[in-house]
Amino acid sequence: MIAAMSIPGSRTERLPIGIAGVSQGQIVREVPASEPPPLAPNADLAVVGKPVPRVGGRAMVTGAARYTVDVKLPGMLVARILRSPYPHARILSVDTSAAERYPGVRAVHVVTMMDTRAAARGTIGASATFPPALYVGASLAAVAATTQSVADEAIRLLKVKYEVLPFVVDMDEARRPEAPLVFGDATEQVGAGSATRGPSQVGNIRGPSATSFYGGPRGNVEQGFREADVIVEAEFRTQVQTHCCLEPHAVVADWRSDGLTLYISTQDTAGVRKDVAAAFGLPREKVRVITEFMGGGFGSKLGVGDYVFFAVELSRKAGAPVSLIFDREEEQQVSGNRPGTWQRLRIGARRDGALTAISLLSYGTAGTGAGAGVGNIAQAMYDCPNFEMAQYDVFMHAGPGCAMRAPGNVQGAFALEQSVDELAERVGIDPIVLRDRIDPSAARREERQIGAARFGWSQRRLPGGDAGPVKRGVGMAQSFWPGIVQTNASCEVRLQRDGLVEVRSSVQDIGTGIRTVLAQVVAEELGLRPEDISIRIGDTNFPLGPSSGGSKTTGSITPAARKAVYQIRQTLFAAVAPELGVPPEELVVGQGRIFLRANPAHGFGFRQAAGRLNKDFISAVAERGDNYGGFRVTSPMSLAREDLGGVQFAEVSVDTETGIVRVARVVAVHDCGRPMNPRQIESQIHGGVLMGVSFALYEDRILDRQTGRMVNADLEHYKLLGSREMPSIEVLLIENYQAISATDACGVAEPATIATAAAVANAVYNAVGVRMRNLPMTPASVLEALGHIPGRS
Amino acid sequence: MERSIKHSNDGGEAGVSRRLFLGGVSAAAVGSAICENAPIVQNAAAAEPSNAPVIGPDAVPATLRINGVVQSLLVPLQMTLAEVLRGPLGLTGTKIACNRGTCSACTVWLDGAPVASCMILAIDVGDRSITTIESLADGERLHPMQTAFIEHDAMQCGFCTPGLVMSCAALIEHNPDPTPEDVKTAISGHLCRCGTYQHVIAATMAVAKAHKG
Repeated sequence: MIAAMSIPGSRTERLPIGIAGVSQGQIVREVPASEPPPLAPNADLAVVGKPVPRVGGRAMVTGAARYTVDVKLPGMLVARILRSPYPHARILSVDTSAAERYPGVRAVHVVTMMDTRAAARGTIGASATFPPALYVGASLAAVAATTQSVADEAIRLLKVKYEVLPFVVDMDEARRPEAPLVFGDATEQVGAGSATRGPSQVGNIRGPSATSFYGGPRGNVEQGFREADVIVEAEFRTQVQTHCCLEPHAVVADWRSDGLTLYISTQDTAGVRKDVAAAFGLPREKVRVITEFMGGGFGSKLGVGDYVFFAVELSRKAGAPVSLIFDREEEQQVSGNRPGTWQRLRIGARRDGALTAISLLSYGTAGTGAGAGVGNIAQAMYDCPNFEMAQYDVFMHAGPGCAMRAPGNVQGAFALEQSVDELAERVGIDPIVLRDRIDPSAARREERQIGAARFGWSQRRLPGGDAGPVKRGVGMAQSFWPGIVQTNASCEVRLQRDGLVEVRSSVQDIGTGIRTVLAQVVAEELGLRPEDISIRIGDTNFPLGPSSGGSKTTGSITPAARKAVYQIRQTLFAAVAPELGVPPEELVVGQGRIFLRANPAHGFGFRQAAGRLNKDFISAVAERGDNYGGFRVTSPMSLAREDLGGVQFAEVSVDTETGIVRVARVVAVHDCGRPMNPRQIESQIHGGVLMGVSFALYEDRILDRQTGRMVNADLEHYKLLGSREMPSIEVLLIENYQAISATDACGVAEPATIATAAAVANAVYNAVGVRMRNLPMTPASVLEALGHIPGRS
Repeated sequence: MERSIKHSNDGGEAGVSRRLFLGGVSAAAVGSAICENAPIVQNAAAAEPSNAPVIGPDAVPATLRINGVVQSLLVPLQMTLAEVLRGPLGLTGTKIACNRGTCSACTVWLDGAPVASCMILAIDVGDRSITTIESLADGERLHPMQTAFIEHDAMQCGFCTPGLVMSCAALIEHNPDPTPEDVKTAISGHLCRCGTYQHVIAATMAVAKAHKG
């Protein structure tokens, strides 16, 4: 075996940089000596950058793909969690006797204050036996039984005495000084999924936070506004959105004396292993986490929820594997959500559009969770010398929020991009021209240009241009997302003497197609086809892969894969070179062969070449490492110098008699460094756009103020966009070489959804001349904004 | 949890009522093991409807025609077809996502028509033939809709994909020359959070075009 070696020293390389067809050139950069030679631009490659069919696609269309909910083990029990029906209650007692006697029940676990793994909630009196319920759906106990119906019945037999307490489930009410408190004091909050210790807290309000990982305030905002010729200022509201993964949160825990195996629908196998091992005092190598196929996460399957610990504990107690699958109501109420926000954004500019100051105030609620800010988009997308923000979290008695596809930036873009649109109108400059002046991104500049041409932006008319009751309009908006990198992402490539090539990493494919992309990278380097490569991922027995969150999977794992396969290729060349009578440097690969550069007819088939190895298999493990040229920020995350962009154009129609908004068409222009698989990227951008349209027009978690329950905890009253509401979407990609890694690839999941709601809102304004500053834009809210509801205007 | 059970499109249409059907199979299939293959009961005894036995509360024997194979098994009364397919029969290609007929991830064919298998009790299926995603391909040869889904990348996480394939394949069987609007209507009951609809429509239109030659 060849171990991963970091060879000291470095060398210089000429790497492709710039936008293909526009500004493409080369840059000389110092790279570590262990890095492979630069990868040529996509135009010169055989497999990378091509629309290769999805690896695993056949398993998906035949039903053979095995998801966590499909896992069945011998003797497997099924579990259910008892959840609080009250949004705020002390738990006085839990009587498990009837449930434990019920035939078929194998284990019962009650959540107590002693249960440090699950106690991640506030306290009402440190002497309490049980943690309080702080939202409807808070977990109180769990049961494992022989069948689901037995587990469900046993849950009903658990007798809980509650002391029901006052609660608040509305953010504005929660902000009042007299509102019922969610947490007694700030020091009481610990643990996953709930608020963590943070800045100062008064009542239910915590904050302000004035910084992001791009730093804090800059310049002098007051001075900036004094210098402004125009100031736009407005308030915006965004609703709570739920993730609605089609595969519910699910885990199968199999506790055995020699170790614990978890099958789980997760975006982070390595993270699950780390957290579960720590919680149960197990060495990490005794915990194996497997995610074969995974039915959607969108951020909600990044952390380790308490249900995972319950399944492990039940398996340990029962001595049998335990499957725990959420039902749809649990999915909607307790599995996380995009926090709702209120924002006031103030932007000052000179007459020529140059920004002089930006000031942002926001309140957001992630229920019992924290982190409801509106991201860094207002801080970082545009050139503006003077900036300040104050972001507050508001606690209330509702299920905790969590990361959801571009957390914060979706909400932030809704305010920022409408404000810039308004500013453009005020200074009398086309919104695209204005952005050309204030946006430093070369990628977005190009995206605006080609998007505008394809969309027909020049046909845009003044607001309210249509005569009839149905008015059409167009709008555009931009995405900003940091280029996040997980530098320790690792990958193994193996080559067997029989020619089998295998890629191994714990990285999981959550639907974005990383299997396919890994196969492309390895196939390219070995002159094979992607289908020749065996991809074994989603298993912590393999080298540590990145979590799939923050649009970082592709950019983190593909350089590691290329580094590893390059080592394999070097070893293989060395093994066959003597027989071919040339030094290894004169060998090349292509079309399943290894041959002489100078004499392509002279060489071996790939399998034949592998047969020349003097071992059963060779292996190389590589870690991604830092970006060539360094990072913009290195703590707490490594962020690339260049952000991920994206510009989206939307065409809408607004029926001014019914208030119904329809999105007819979206042109989405995006960059993700080197695009690895344009077809999969297109699919992912479709998803981002549709999630954004759905957020703009339909989705809304509604909590009942009388009971604290979510009244639409299903998929029919929680309205998701479907096929009849979808716009036609056109995706345009630019190749934006940045010379940052062995593949120069980046992700796209999050930029794909950031701009959408703002683009739709700007189009609605262009249609009817009225700004929609609250989401979702329902028929009622549109009619109200138009002044068409008597008594309200 | 409440579940409203909709006896959609069953009853007389299929030619055998549940009562008649159960009256027949109970004699023939009692005690047969789960998943055991057995001939389907043809002559469901001319039982007097008024004398029909009261069934339950325990599991009852039922005979299901699944993917061309007749299977006799004991079915708990409350189990939906989706649960029976995924549980005792191990046909996990049929997915349950909402379990109340909203998302269509559980779509199978009953006598060739797409239905939400989470919305029909297994004992109500009668002798209608059930087709699941597992039998759409002819051995190793994929159904043209499956091939088209792969070619057009009409999937991302893939969880809703089997249901969408079943609906789109059924559409083509019944309407070989659909418009994109027809496809949108055919899949309007399906929810896909990854947002694959546009590629699903493209895949289906490609199959239709290939049909026309």
